[in-house]
Amino acid sequence: MKVLRPRCAFDVPVEAECLVPERLAEMTTEALLRLPLAYGRFSVPLGELFEVEADGAADAAVVLEGDFSRVKRIGENMAGGSLEIRGNAGMHLGAGMSGGTIRVLGDVDAWAGAMMSGGCIEITGNAGPSLAGAYPGETRGMRGGMVLVRGDTGLRAGERLRRGLVVVGGCTGDFPGFGMLAGTLVAFGTLGIRAGAGSKRGTLVALGGARGEMLPTYREACVYRPVFLDRLLCFLEREGFSVTAEHRSGRFRRWVGDANELGKGEILVHEKDLQ
Amino acid sequence: MRFAGVEIEDTYAEAFKMWGARLLVTGSSPEWARAAAEAAAGFAHSVIGCGCEAGVERFLSPEETPDGRPGATVLLFASSRKDLEKQLLLRVGQAVMTCPTSACYNALAGEEELSVGGKLRYFGDGWQGSKVLEGARFWRIPVMDGEFLVEDRFGIRRSIGGGNFLILGADARAALEAAEAAVRVMRRVPGVILPFPGGIVRSGSKVGSRYKFLSASTNTSYCPSLRPLVESALPEGTNCVYEIVADGLEEDSLRQALRDGVKAACREGVCRISAGNYGGRLGQYVFALRDLLGGDAP
Repeated sequence: MKVLRPRCAFDVPVEAECLVPERLAEMTTEALLRLPLAYGRFSVPLGELFEVEADGAADAAVVLEGDFSRVKRIGENMAGGSLEIRGNAGMHLGAGMSGGTIRVLGDVDAWAGAMMSGGCIEITGNAGPSLAGAYPGETRGMRGGMVLVRGDTGLRAGERLRRGLVVVGGCTGDFPGFGMLAGTLVAFGTLGIRAGAGSKRGTLVALGGARGEMLPTYREACVYRPVFLDRLLCFLEREGFSVTAEHRSGRFRRWVGDANELGKGEILVHEKDLQ
Repeated sequence: MRFAGVEIEDTYAEAFKMWGARLLVTGSSPEWARAAAEAAAGFAHSVIGCGCEAGVERFLSPEETPDGRPGATVLLFASSRKDLEKQLLLRVGQAVMTCPTSACYNALAGEEELSVGGKLRYFGDGWQGSKVLEGARFWRIPVMDGEFLVEDRFGIRRSIGGGNFLILGADARAALEAAEAAVRVMRRVPGVILPFPGGIVRSGSKVGSRYKFLSASTNTSYCPSLRPLVESALPEGTNCVYEIVADGLEEDSLRQALRDGVKAACREGVCRISAGNYGGRLGQYVFALRDLLGGDAP
Protein backbone atom coordinates (compact mmCIF):
# COMPACT_ATOMS: atom_id res chain seq x y z
CA MET A 1 0.00 0.00 0.00
CA LYS A 2 1.16 3.53 -0.77
CA VAL A 3 0.06 6.60 1.19
CA LEU A 4 0.33 10.08 -0.28
CA ARG A 5 -0.06 13.30 1.72
CA PRO A 6 0.03 16.87 0.36
CA ARG A 7 3.06 18.80 1.53
CA CYS A 8 1.08 22.07 1.50
CA ALA A 9 -2.25 23.60 0.59
CA PHE A 10 -2.38 24.08 -3.17
CA ASP A 11 -3.01 27.57 -4.58
CA VAL A 12 -3.74 26.31 -8.06
CA PRO A 13 -5.09 22.98 -9.29
CA VAL A 14 -2.91 19.92 -9.62
CA GLU A 15 -3.55 17.57 -12.53
CA ALA A 16 -2.96 14.08 -11.16
CA GLU A 17 -4.13 11.64 -13.78
CA CYS A 18 -1.16 9.50 -12.87
CA LEU A 19 -2.65 8.67 -9.46
CA VAL A 20 -4.04 5.37 -10.60
CA PRO A 21 -3.60 2.36 -8.29
CA GLU A 22 -2.53 -0.22 -10.84
CA ARG A 23 0.09 2.17 -12.22
CA LEU A 24 1.47 3.12 -8.82
CA ALA A 25 1.65 -0.53 -7.76
CA GLU A 26 4.41 -1.19 -10.27
CA MET A 27 6.53 1.80 -9.26
CA THR A 28 9.22 2.16 -6.68
CA THR A 29 8.87 5.05 -4.26
CA GLU A 30 11.74 6.82 -6.01
CA ALA A 31 10.07 6.54 -9.39
CA LEU A 32 6.82 7.69 -7.89
CA LEU A 33 8.41 10.78 -6.43
CA ARG A 34 9.75 11.69 -9.89
CA LEU A 35 6.36 11.41 -11.62
CA PRO A 36 5.60 14.68 -13.37
CA LEU A 37 2.42 16.49 -12.38
CA ALA A 38 0.91 19.65 -13.82
CA TYR A 39 0.77 22.22 -11.06
CA GLY A 40 -0.87 25.26 -12.52
CA ARG A 41 1.16 25.92 -15.68
CA PHE A 42 4.27 24.18 -14.38
CA SER A 43 5.33 20.56 -14.51
CA VAL A 44 6.71 19.49 -11.16
CA PRO A 45 7.74 16.11 -9.76
CA LEU A 46 5.21 14.46 -7.51
CA GLY A 47 7.65 14.49 -4.63
CA GLU A 48 7.56 18.30 -4.49
CA LEU A 49 3.84 18.30 -3.86
CA PHE A 50 3.27 15.07 -1.94
CA GLU A 51 5.11 13.00 0.59
CA VAL A 52 4.92 9.28 -0.05
CA GLU A 53 4.90 6.44 2.41
CA ALA A 54 5.09 2.88 1.11
CA ASP A 55 5.02 -0.38 3.03
CA GLY A 56 6.77 -2.30 0.27
CA ALA A 57 3.79 -4.40 -0.67
CA ALA A 58 3.18 -4.55 -4.40
CA ASP A 59 -0.59 -4.40 -4.07
CA ALA A 60 -2.68 -1.97 -6.04
CA ALA A 61 -3.95 -0.08 -3.02
CA VAL A 62 -3.40 3.64 -2.65
CA VAL A 63 -4.45 5.95 0.15
CA LEU A 64 -4.53 9.71 -0.27
CA GLU A 65 -4.61 11.49 3.07
CA GLY A 66 -5.44 15.15 3.45
CA ASP A 67 -7.12 17.79 1.35
CA PHE A 68 -7.13 16.79 -2.31
CA SER A 69 -9.94 19.15 -3.27
CA ARG A 70 -7.68 20.99 -5.73
CA VAL A 71 -6.23 17.79 -7.15
CA LYS A 72 -7.97 16.87 -10.37
CA ARG A 73 -8.29 13.63 -12.31
CA ILE A 74 -7.44 11.26 -9.48
CA GLY A 75 -8.10 7.70 -10.63
CA GLU A 76 -8.86 8.81 -14.16
CA ASN A 77 -9.19 5.81 -16.48
CA MET A 78 -8.22 3.40 -13.71
CA ALA A 79 -8.98 -0.24 -14.44
CA GLY A 80 -8.36 -1.97 -11.14
CA GLY A 81 -7.06 -1.77 -7.60
CA SER A 82 -8.36 0.40 -4.81
CA LEU A 83 -8.02 4.04 -4.02
CA GLU A 84 -9.09 5.62 -0.77
CA ILE A 85 -9.13 9.36 -0.29
CA ARG A 86 -9.30 10.46 3.32
CA GLY A 87 -10.41 13.99 2.63
CA ASN A 88 -12.03 15.91 -0.18
CA ALA A 89 -11.21 15.24 -3.84
CA GLY A 90 -11.10 17.49 -6.86
CA MET A 91 -12.74 17.41 -10.27
CA HIS A 92 -12.90 14.43 -12.63
CA LEU A 93 -12.36 11.83 -9.92
CA GLY A 94 -12.50 8.38 -11.53
CA ALA A 95 -13.56 9.80 -14.87
CA GLY A 96 -13.47 7.12 -17.53
CA MET A 97 -12.59 4.39 -15.05
CA SER A 98 -13.37 0.83 -16.05
CA GLY A 99 -12.65 -1.13 -12.89
CA GLY A 100 -11.48 -1.05 -9.30
CA THR A 101 -12.88 0.92 -6.41
CA ILE A 102 -12.54 4.49 -5.25
CA ARG A 103 -13.69 5.48 -1.78
CA VAL A 104 -13.78 9.12 -0.77
CA LEU A 105 -14.22 10.02 2.88
CA GLY A 106 -15.31 13.54 2.07
CA ASP A 107 -16.74 15.61 -0.75
CA VAL A 108 -15.85 15.54 -4.44
CA ASP A 109 -15.98 18.24 -7.07
CA ALA A 110 -17.55 18.16 -10.52
CA TRP A 111 -17.49 15.34 -13.06
CA ALA A 112 -16.78 12.49 -10.65
CA GLY A 113 -17.25 9.21 -12.51
CA ALA A 114 -17.85 11.00 -15.79
CA MET A 115 -18.11 8.49 -18.61
CA MET A 116 -16.94 5.64 -16.43
CA SER A 117 -17.64 2.14 -17.71
CA GLY A 118 -17.00 -0.07 -14.69
CA GLY A 119 -15.86 -0.24 -11.10
CA CYS A 120 -17.31 1.53 -8.13
CA ILE A 121 -16.98 5.02 -6.67
CA GLU A 122 -18.24 5.61 -3.17
CA ILE A 123 -18.42 9.13 -1.78
CA THR A 124 -19.34 9.62 1.84
CA GLY A 125 -19.95 13.36 1.46
CA ASN A 126 -21.44 15.41 -1.33
CA ALA A 127 -20.68 15.34 -5.04
CA GLY A 128 -20.43 18.33 -7.34
CA PRO A 129 -22.12 18.87 -10.68
CA SER A 130 -22.20 16.41 -13.55
CA LEU A 131 -21.70 13.34 -11.42
CA ALA A 132 -21.39 10.31 -13.74
CA GLY A 133 -22.06 12.67 -16.59
CA ALA A 134 -20.97 13.13 -20.19
CA TYR A 135 -18.39 15.64 -21.28
CA PRO A 136 -19.64 18.23 -23.76
CA GLY A 137 -19.73 16.77 -27.23
CA GLU A 138 -20.06 13.20 -25.97
CA THR A 139 -23.25 11.28 -26.67
CA ARG A 140 -22.97 8.96 -23.69
CA GLY A 141 -22.12 9.54 -20.06
CA MET A 142 -21.52 6.74 -17.58
CA ARG A 143 -21.72 3.34 -19.33
CA GLY A 144 -21.34 0.91 -16.47
CA GLY A 145 -20.33 0.43 -12.87
CA MET A 146 -21.71 2.07 -9.80
CA VAL A 147 -21.50 5.45 -8.07
CA LEU A 148 -22.71 5.69 -4.49
CA VAL A 149 -22.97 9.13 -2.93
CA ARG A 150 -24.08 9.38 0.69
CA GLY A 151 -24.77 13.11 0.53
CA ASP A 152 -26.19 15.42 -2.12
CA THR A 153 -25.15 16.01 -5.71
CA GLY A 154 -24.94 19.10 -7.86
CA LEU A 155 -26.57 19.82 -11.20
CA ARG A 156 -26.98 17.34 -14.00
CA ALA A 157 -26.22 14.13 -12.17
CA GLY A 158 -26.33 11.16 -14.53
CA GLU A 159 -26.38 13.25 -17.68
CA ARG A 160 -26.65 10.97 -20.73
CA LEU A 161 -26.32 7.96 -18.47
CA ARG A 162 -26.06 4.91 -20.70
CA ARG A 163 -25.76 2.06 -18.21
CA GLY A 164 -24.93 1.53 -14.55
CA LEU A 165 -26.26 2.64 -11.21
CA VAL A 166 -26.00 6.03 -9.53
CA VAL A 167 -27.30 6.30 -5.99
CA VAL A 168 -27.60 9.55 -4.10
CA GLY A 169 -28.24 9.34 -0.38
CA GLY A 170 -29.47 12.93 -0.25
CA CYS A 171 -30.95 15.18 -2.91
CA THR A 172 -29.88 15.73 -6.49
CA GLY A 173 -29.34 19.12 -8.01
CA ASP A 174 -31.49 20.24 -10.90
CA PHE A 175 -31.71 18.44 -14.25
CA PRO A 176 -30.87 14.95 -12.98
CA GLY A 177 -30.77 12.32 -15.70
CA PHE A 178 -30.71 14.89 -18.48
CA GLY A 179 -30.64 13.06 -21.82
CA MET A 180 -30.53 9.66 -20.11
CA LEU A 181 -30.24 6.69 -22.44
CA ALA A 182 -30.59 3.86 -19.90
CA GLY A 183 -29.34 2.93 -16.45
CA THR A 184 -30.69 3.88 -13.05
CA LEU A 185 -30.37 6.91 -10.83
CA VAL A 186 -31.81 6.67 -7.32
CA ALA A 187 -32.19 9.61 -4.94
CA PHE A 188 -33.10 8.96 -1.33
CA GLY A 189 -33.84 12.66 -1.06
CA THR A 190 -35.61 14.74 -3.67
CA LEU A 191 -34.97 14.89 -7.39
CA GLY A 192 -34.20 18.35 -8.72
CA ILE A 193 -36.38 20.15 -11.22
CA ARG A 194 -36.65 19.07 -14.86
CA ALA A 195 -35.75 15.53 -13.97
CA GLY A 196 -35.20 13.25 -16.94
CA ALA A 197 -35.42 16.02 -19.51
CA GLY A 198 -34.65 14.63 -22.94
CA SER A 199 -34.27 11.06 -21.72
CA LYS A 200 -34.88 8.13 -24.04
CA ARG A 201 -34.88 5.26 -21.57
CA GLY A 202 -33.64 4.64 -18.07
CA THR A 203 -35.03 4.96 -14.58
CA LEU A 204 -35.01 7.82 -12.12
CA VAL A 205 -36.18 6.91 -8.64
CA ALA A 206 -37.22 9.65 -6.23
CA LEU A 207 -37.58 8.11 -2.79
CA GLY A 208 -37.94 11.54 -1.24
CA GLY A 209 -40.24 12.94 -3.89
CA ALA A 210 -39.53 15.41 -6.65
CA ARG A 211 -39.03 19.15 -6.42
CA GLY A 212 -41.31 21.07 -8.71
CA GLU A 213 -43.65 19.62 -11.27
CA MET A 214 -42.80 16.97 -13.80
CA LEU A 215 -42.03 18.18 -17.27
CA PRO A 216 -45.11 18.32 -19.48
CA THR A 217 -43.43 15.79 -21.74
CA TYR A 218 -43.75 13.20 -18.96
CA ARG A 219 -47.10 11.49 -18.58
CA GLU A 220 -48.43 9.84 -15.47
CA ALA A 221 -48.92 6.09 -15.96
CA CYS A 222 -49.97 4.53 -12.67
CA VAL A 223 -49.28 4.11 -8.97
CA TYR A 224 -47.76 0.72 -8.22
CA ARG A 225 -44.81 -1.06 -6.73
CA PRO A 226 -42.27 -2.29 -9.26
CA VAL A 227 -40.69 -5.51 -8.05
CA PHE A 228 -37.37 -4.37 -9.40
CA LEU A 229 -37.30 -1.69 -6.71
CA ASP A 230 -37.67 -4.35 -4.03
CA ARG A 231 -34.62 -6.05 -5.47
CA LEU A 232 -32.74 -2.78 -5.76
CA LEU A 233 -33.62 -1.57 -2.25
CA CYS A 234 -32.40 -4.84 -0.73
CA PHE A 235 -29.09 -4.28 -2.46
CA LEU A 236 -28.88 -0.65 -1.36
CA GLU A 237 -29.65 -1.56 2.22
CA ARG A 238 -26.70 -3.94 2.14
CA GLU A 239 -24.62 -1.09 0.76
CA GLY A 240 -25.45 0.91 3.86
CA PHE A 241 -28.20 3.22 2.62
CA SER A 242 -31.03 3.83 5.05
CA VAL A 243 -33.94 2.02 3.51
CA THR A 244 -36.99 2.65 5.66
CA ALA A 245 -40.13 0.61 6.20
CA GLU A 246 -41.92 3.27 4.15
CA HIS A 247 -39.59 2.62 1.23
CA ARG A 248 -40.13 -1.10 1.55
CA SER A 249 -43.88 -1.03 1.57
CA GLY A 250 -44.79 2.18 -0.22
CA ARG A 251 -46.02 2.66 -3.74
CA PHE A 252 -44.58 4.68 -6.55
CA ARG A 253 -46.14 7.00 -9.09
CA ARG A 254 -44.76 6.18 -12.51
CA TRP A 255 -44.15 8.94 -14.98
CA VAL A 256 -43.06 8.02 -18.50
CA GLY A 257 -41.19 10.19 -20.95
CA ASP A 258 -39.56 12.19 -22.33
CA ALA A 259 -42.13 12.37 -25.10
CA ASN A 260 -39.81 14.65 -27.02
CA GLU A 261 -37.49 11.70 -27.33
CA LEU A 262 -38.14 7.95 -27.41
CA GLY A 263 -40.40 8.26 -24.37
CA LYS A 264 -39.38 4.99 -22.73
CA GLY A 265 -37.78 6.57 -19.71
CA GLU A 266 -39.46 6.48 -16.34
CA ILE A 267 -39.48 8.48 -13.14
CA LEU A 268 -40.71 6.59 -10.10
CA VAL A 269 -41.77 8.93 -7.32
CA HIS A 270 -42.36 7.45 -3.90
CA GLU A 271 -45.83 8.23 -2.64
CA LYS A 272 -45.36 8.68 1.07
CA ASP A 273 -49.03 8.55 1.95
CA LEU A 274 -49.81 5.44 -0.07
CA GLN A 275 -48.87 2.15 1.55
CA MET B 1 -28.69 -57.08 7.04
CA ARG B 2 -31.28 -55.53 9.34
CA PHE B 3 -31.68 -51.98 10.52
CA ALA B 4 -33.97 -51.23 13.45
CA GLY B 5 -35.44 -54.68 12.99
CA VAL B 6 -36.20 -54.16 9.29
CA GLU B 7 -34.59 -56.27 6.61
CA ILE B 8 -32.42 -54.30 4.19
CA GLU B 9 -32.30 -56.15 0.92
CA ASP B 10 -28.91 -56.59 -0.69
CA THR B 11 -29.73 -54.48 -3.71
CA TYR B 12 -29.25 -51.00 -5.04
CA ALA B 13 -31.00 -48.00 -6.50
CA GLU B 14 -30.01 -47.08 -10.00
CA ALA B 15 -29.95 -43.37 -10.74
CA PHE B 16 -29.41 -41.31 -13.85
CA LYS B 17 -27.53 -38.30 -15.08
CA MET B 18 -29.76 -35.31 -15.38
CA TRP B 19 -29.43 -31.55 -15.72
CA GLY B 20 -30.72 -29.43 -12.88
CA ALA B 21 -31.68 -25.82 -12.25
CA ARG B 22 -32.79 -23.92 -9.17
CA LEU B 23 -35.39 -21.16 -9.40
CA LEU B 24 -36.05 -18.74 -6.61
CA VAL B 25 -39.55 -17.34 -6.84
CA THR B 26 -40.95 -14.61 -4.65
CA GLY B 27 -44.37 -13.10 -4.10
CA SER B 28 -45.99 -10.30 -2.16
CA SER B 29 -47.05 -12.76 0.56
CA PRO B 30 -46.08 -16.28 1.60
CA GLU B 31 -49.27 -17.52 -0.02
CA TRP B 32 -48.42 -16.03 -3.41
CA ALA B 33 -44.83 -17.22 -3.18
CA ARG B 34 -46.16 -20.70 -2.49
CA ALA B 35 -48.63 -20.46 -5.36
CA ALA B 36 -45.87 -19.46 -7.79
CA ALA B 37 -43.50 -22.16 -6.56
CA GLU B 38 -46.09 -24.90 -6.64
CA ALA B 39 -47.22 -23.85 -10.08
CA ALA B 40 -43.63 -23.97 -11.33
CA ALA B 41 -43.24 -27.46 -9.89
CA GLY B 42 -46.66 -28.67 -10.97
CA PHE B 43 -47.13 -31.82 -13.07
CA ALA B 44 -43.43 -32.58 -12.98
CA HIS B 45 -43.27 -36.02 -11.40
CA SER B 46 -41.49 -38.05 -14.03
CA VAL B 47 -39.40 -37.06 -17.04
CA ILE B 48 -41.14 -39.79 -19.01
CA GLY B 49 -44.58 -38.27 -18.89
CA CYS B 50 -44.01 -34.71 -17.72
CA GLY B 51 -40.84 -33.62 -19.50
CA CYS B 52 -39.06 -32.86 -16.25
CA GLU B 53 -39.07 -33.58 -12.55
CA ALA B 54 -39.49 -30.71 -10.16
CA GLY B 55 -40.33 -29.89 -6.61
CA VAL B 56 -40.27 -27.11 -4.05
CA GLU B 57 -36.94 -27.36 -2.26
CA ARG B 58 -37.84 -25.07 0.61
CA PHE B 59 -39.73 -21.94 1.54
CA LEU B 60 -37.80 -18.80 2.32
CA SER B 61 -38.35 -15.90 4.67
CA PRO B 62 -38.11 -12.34 3.30
CA GLU B 63 -34.61 -12.06 4.78
CA GLU B 64 -33.46 -14.96 2.60
CA THR B 65 -34.66 -13.68 -0.77
CA PRO B 66 -33.04 -11.16 -3.08
CA ASP B 67 -36.00 -8.80 -3.09
CA GLY B 68 -36.96 -8.99 0.58
CA ARG B 69 -40.26 -10.73 -0.06
CA PRO B 70 -41.36 -14.23 0.91
CA GLY B 71 -40.15 -16.86 -1.51
CA ALA B 72 -39.33 -20.45 -2.28
CA THR B 73 -36.74 -22.36 -4.21
CA VAL B 74 -37.77 -24.86 -6.84
CA LEU B 75 -35.50 -27.51 -8.31
CA LEU B 76 -36.04 -28.67 -11.87
CA PHE B 77 -34.41 -31.69 -13.46
CA ALA B 78 -34.51 -32.86 -17.06
CA SER B 79 -32.70 -35.44 -19.12
CA SER B 80 -30.81 -32.96 -21.31
CA ARG B 81 -29.88 -29.30 -21.46
CA LYS B 82 -32.31 -28.84 -24.31
CA ASP B 83 -35.17 -30.38 -22.36
CA LEU B 84 -34.31 -28.33 -19.31
CA GLU B 85 -34.28 -25.11 -21.30
CA LYS B 86 -37.65 -25.96 -22.79
CA GLN B 87 -39.11 -26.72 -19.38
CA LEU B 88 -37.62 -23.61 -17.79
CA LEU B 89 -39.13 -21.41 -20.46
CA LEU B 90 -42.49 -23.12 -20.20
CA ARG B 91 -42.67 -23.16 -16.44
CA VAL B 92 -41.29 -19.68 -15.78
CA GLY B 93 -43.31 -18.26 -18.63
CA GLN B 94 -46.58 -20.09 -18.10
CA ALA B 95 -46.61 -20.84 -14.40
CA VAL B 96 -44.53 -18.19 -12.62
CA MET B 97 -45.16 -15.17 -14.80
CA THR B 98 -48.90 -15.72 -14.74
CA CYS B 99 -48.97 -15.83 -10.95
CA PRO B 100 -49.90 -12.50 -9.30
CA THR B 101 -47.01 -10.47 -7.79
CA SER B 102 -44.37 -13.07 -8.66
CA ALA B 103 -40.71 -12.59 -9.54
CA CYS B 104 -38.22 -15.26 -10.58
CA TYR B 105 -34.49 -15.39 -9.92
CA ASN B 106 -31.69 -17.79 -10.64
CA ALA B 107 -30.44 -19.48 -7.49
CA LEU B 108 -27.78 -21.80 -8.87
CA ALA B 109 -24.20 -21.01 -9.78
CA GLY B 110 -24.17 -23.63 -12.50
CA GLU B 111 -21.46 -24.92 -14.74
CA GLU B 112 -23.45 -23.62 -17.71
CA GLU B 113 -26.14 -20.99 -18.20
CA LEU B 114 -29.36 -20.84 -20.15
CA SER B 115 -31.19 -17.78 -21.32
CA VAL B 116 -34.60 -17.69 -19.67
CA GLY B 117 -35.55 -14.08 -18.96
CA GLY B 118 -33.64 -13.17 -22.09
CA LYS B 119 -36.18 -15.15 -24.12
CA LEU B 120 -39.29 -14.49 -22.08
CA ARG B 121 -38.71 -10.76 -22.36
CA TYR B 122 -40.29 -10.71 -25.81
CA PHE B 123 -43.62 -11.12 -24.09
CA GLY B 124 -43.16 -7.44 -23.25
CA ASP B 125 -43.74 -6.64 -26.91
CA GLY B 126 -41.03 -4.04 -27.00
CA TRP B 127 -41.92 -2.42 -23.65
CA GLN B 128 -39.66 -4.68 -21.62
CA GLY B 129 -36.63 -3.14 -20.00
CA SER B 130 -33.52 -4.57 -18.48
CA LYS B 131 -31.51 -3.67 -15.41
CA VAL B 132 -28.11 -4.91 -14.38
CA LEU B 133 -27.48 -5.27 -10.68
CA GLU B 134 -24.66 -7.06 -8.90
CA GLY B 135 -23.46 -8.51 -12.18
CA ALA B 136 -26.79 -10.04 -13.15
CA ARG B 137 -29.24 -8.81 -15.74
CA PHE B 138 -32.92 -8.67 -14.92
CA TRP B 139 -35.83 -8.18 -17.27
CA ARG B 140 -38.82 -6.11 -16.29
CA ILE B 141 -41.78 -7.27 -18.33
CA PRO B 142 -44.88 -5.13 -18.05
CA VAL B 143 -47.92 -7.16 -16.96
CA MET B 144 -51.40 -6.25 -15.81
CA ASP B 145 -50.54 -6.00 -12.10
CA GLY B 146 -47.30 -4.12 -12.63
CA GLU B 147 -44.21 -5.91 -13.80
CA PHE B 148 -42.79 -9.40 -13.88
CA LEU B 149 -39.16 -9.39 -12.88
CA VAL B 150 -37.14 -12.31 -14.20
CA GLU B 151 -33.43 -12.93 -14.28
CA ASP B 152 -31.83 -13.07 -17.70
CA ARG B 153 -29.79 -16.25 -17.28
CA PHE B 154 -30.18 -19.32 -15.13
CA GLY B 155 -27.38 -21.61 -14.08
CA ILE B 156 -27.67 -25.32 -14.77
CA ARG B 157 -25.50 -28.20 -13.69
CA ARG B 158 -25.14 -31.92 -14.09
CA SER B 159 -27.33 -33.59 -11.51
CA ILE B 160 -28.78 -36.95 -10.56
CA GLY B 161 -32.31 -38.20 -10.85
CA GLY B 162 -34.11 -41.37 -9.93
CA GLY B 163 -32.55 -42.16 -6.57
CA ASN B 164 -35.10 -44.45 -4.96
CA PHE B 165 -36.03 -47.07 -2.43
CA LEU B 166 -39.06 -49.22 -1.78
CA ILE B 167 -40.84 -49.63 1.50
CA LEU B 168 -42.50 -53.02 1.84
CA GLY B 169 -45.10 -52.83 4.58
CA ALA B 170 -47.20 -55.35 6.40
CA ASP B 171 -50.21 -53.15 5.87
CA ALA B 172 -51.13 -49.95 4.05
CA ARG B 173 -51.12 -47.78 7.15
CA ALA B 174 -47.70 -48.89 8.31
CA ALA B 175 -46.20 -48.52 4.85
CA LEU B 176 -47.67 -45.04 4.37
CA GLU B 177 -46.54 -43.86 7.80
CA ALA B 178 -43.04 -45.13 7.10
CA ALA B 179 -43.02 -43.39 3.73
CA GLU B 180 -44.25 -40.16 5.30
CA ALA B 181 -41.52 -40.36 7.91
CA ALA B 182 -38.93 -40.82 5.17
CA VAL B 183 -40.28 -37.88 3.20
CA ARG B 184 -40.12 -35.61 6.25
CA VAL B 185 -36.40 -36.19 6.80
CA MET B 186 -35.44 -36.27 3.13
CA ARG B 187 -37.02 -32.90 2.49
CA ARG B 188 -34.63 -31.37 4.99
CA VAL B 189 -31.64 -32.12 2.79
CA PRO B 190 -30.68 -29.09 0.67
CA GLY B 191 -30.43 -29.65 -3.06
CA VAL B 192 -32.83 -32.60 -3.06
CA ILE B 193 -36.46 -32.86 -4.10
CA LEU B 194 -39.00 -35.64 -4.10
CA PRO B 195 -40.92 -35.00 -7.32
CA PHE B 196 -43.93 -37.23 -6.76
CA PRO B 197 -47.15 -36.20 -5.01
CA GLY B 198 -46.40 -35.91 -1.32
CA GLY B 199 -42.98 -37.32 -2.13
CA ILE B 200 -44.34 -40.85 -2.45
CA VAL B 201 -45.02 -43.10 -5.44
CA ARG B 202 -47.61 -45.83 -5.36
CA SER B 203 -47.53 -46.74 -9.04
CA GLY B 204 -43.95 -47.84 -9.49
CA SER B 205 -43.24 -48.99 -13.02
CA LYS B 206 -41.19 -51.55 -14.86
CA VAL B 207 -39.71 -51.17 -18.31
CA GLY B 208 -41.94 -52.53 -21.08
CA SER B 209 -45.40 -53.99 -21.20
CA ARG B 210 -47.37 -56.66 -22.97
CA TYR B 211 -48.83 -53.89 -25.12
CA LYS B 212 -46.62 -52.73 -27.98
CA PHE B 213 -47.66 -49.11 -27.65
CA LEU B 214 -46.62 -48.85 -24.01
CA SER B 215 -43.00 -48.49 -22.95
CA ALA B 216 -43.60 -48.82 -19.20
CA SER B 217 -46.21 -50.56 -17.13
CA THR B 218 -47.08 -51.30 -13.53
CA ASN B 219 -44.35 -52.95 -11.51
CA THR B 220 -46.07 -56.31 -11.21
CA SER B 221 -43.35 -57.80 -9.05
CA TYR B 222 -44.24 -55.35 -6.30
CA CYS B 223 -48.04 -55.39 -6.59
CA PRO B 224 -49.33 -57.32 -3.56
CA SER B 225 -52.56 -58.19 -5.33
CA LEU B 226 -50.65 -60.09 -8.01
CA ARG B 227 -48.32 -62.00 -5.72
CA PRO B 228 -49.52 -65.53 -6.57
CA LEU B 229 -49.94 -64.67 -10.26
CA VAL B 230 -46.56 -63.22 -11.24
CA GLU B 231 -42.92 -63.58 -10.28
CA SER B 232 -43.30 -61.56 -7.14
CA ALA B 233 -40.52 -59.80 -5.27
CA LEU B 234 -42.61 -59.52 -2.15
CA PRO B 235 -41.95 -61.60 0.94
CA GLU B 236 -44.72 -63.30 2.82
CA GLY B 237 -46.78 -60.84 4.82
CA THR B 238 -46.24 -57.82 2.55
CA ASN B 239 -49.50 -56.13 1.73
CA CYS B 240 -48.48 -52.66 0.60
CA VAL B 241 -45.46 -51.08 -1.12
CA TYR B 242 -44.51 -47.44 -1.53
CA GLU B 243 -41.59 -46.05 -3.45
CA ILE B 244 -39.67 -42.92 -2.63
CA VAL B 245 -37.98 -41.20 -5.57
CA ALA B 246 -35.49 -38.39 -5.12
CA ASP B 247 -33.49 -36.12 -7.41
CA GLY B 248 -30.47 -34.14 -6.31
CA LEU B 249 -28.14 -31.47 -7.56
CA GLU B 250 -25.19 -33.39 -6.15
CA GLU B 251 -24.47 -37.05 -5.57
CA ASP B 252 -23.53 -36.48 -1.94
CA SER B 253 -26.74 -34.70 -1.04
CA LEU B 254 -28.82 -37.34 -2.79
CA ARG B 255 -26.92 -40.05 -0.96
CA GLN B 256 -27.54 -38.23 2.33
CA ALA B 257 -31.25 -37.94 1.59
CA LEU B 258 -31.56 -41.63 0.69
CA ARG B 259 -29.66 -42.62 3.81
CA ASP B 260 -31.87 -40.46 6.03
CA GLY B 261 -34.98 -41.70 4.28
CA VAL B 262 -34.16 -45.37 4.61
CA LYS B 263 -33.35 -44.98 8.28
CA ALA B 264 -36.57 -43.10 8.94
CA ALA B 265 -38.59 -45.71 7.07
CA CYS B 266 -37.26 -48.57 9.18
CA ARG B 267 -40.00 -48.79 11.74
CA GLU B 268 -42.61 -51.14 13.04
CA GLY B 269 -44.86 -52.65 10.38
CA VAL B 270 -42.21 -52.45 7.66
CA CYS B 271 -41.06 -55.87 6.44
CA ARG B 272 -38.29 -54.92 4.09
CA ILE B 273 -36.52 -52.02 2.34
CA SER B 274 -35.70 -52.64 -1.28
CA ALA B 275 -34.77 -50.50 -4.27
CA GLY B 276 -35.50 -50.21 -7.95
CA ASN B 277 -32.88 -50.89 -10.58
CA TYR B 278 -32.43 -52.10 -14.12
CA GLY B 279 -29.69 -54.58 -13.46
CA GLY B 280 -27.14 -51.78 -13.46
CA ARG B 281 -27.38 -51.43 -17.22
CA LEU B 282 -29.11 -48.06 -17.58
CA GLY B 283 -28.16 -45.78 -14.74
CA GLN B 284 -24.84 -44.05 -14.31
CA TYR B 285 -25.12 -43.99 -10.52
CA VAL B 286 -25.65 -46.80 -8.07
CA PHE B 287 -26.71 -46.44 -4.46
CA ALA B 288 -26.39 -49.77 -2.68
CA LEU B 289 -28.78 -49.84 0.25
CA ARG B 290 -26.34 -51.55 2.58
CA ASP B 291 -23.59 -49.09 1.66
CA LEU B 292 -25.95 -46.24 2.40
CA LEU B 293 -26.37 -47.42 5.95
CA GLY B 294 -22.72 -48.32 6.23
CA GLY B 295 -21.47 -48.13 9.77
CA ASP B 296 -24.92 -47.29 11.03
CA ALA B 297 -26.07 -50.83 10.52
CA PRO B 298 -26.36 -52.86 13.71
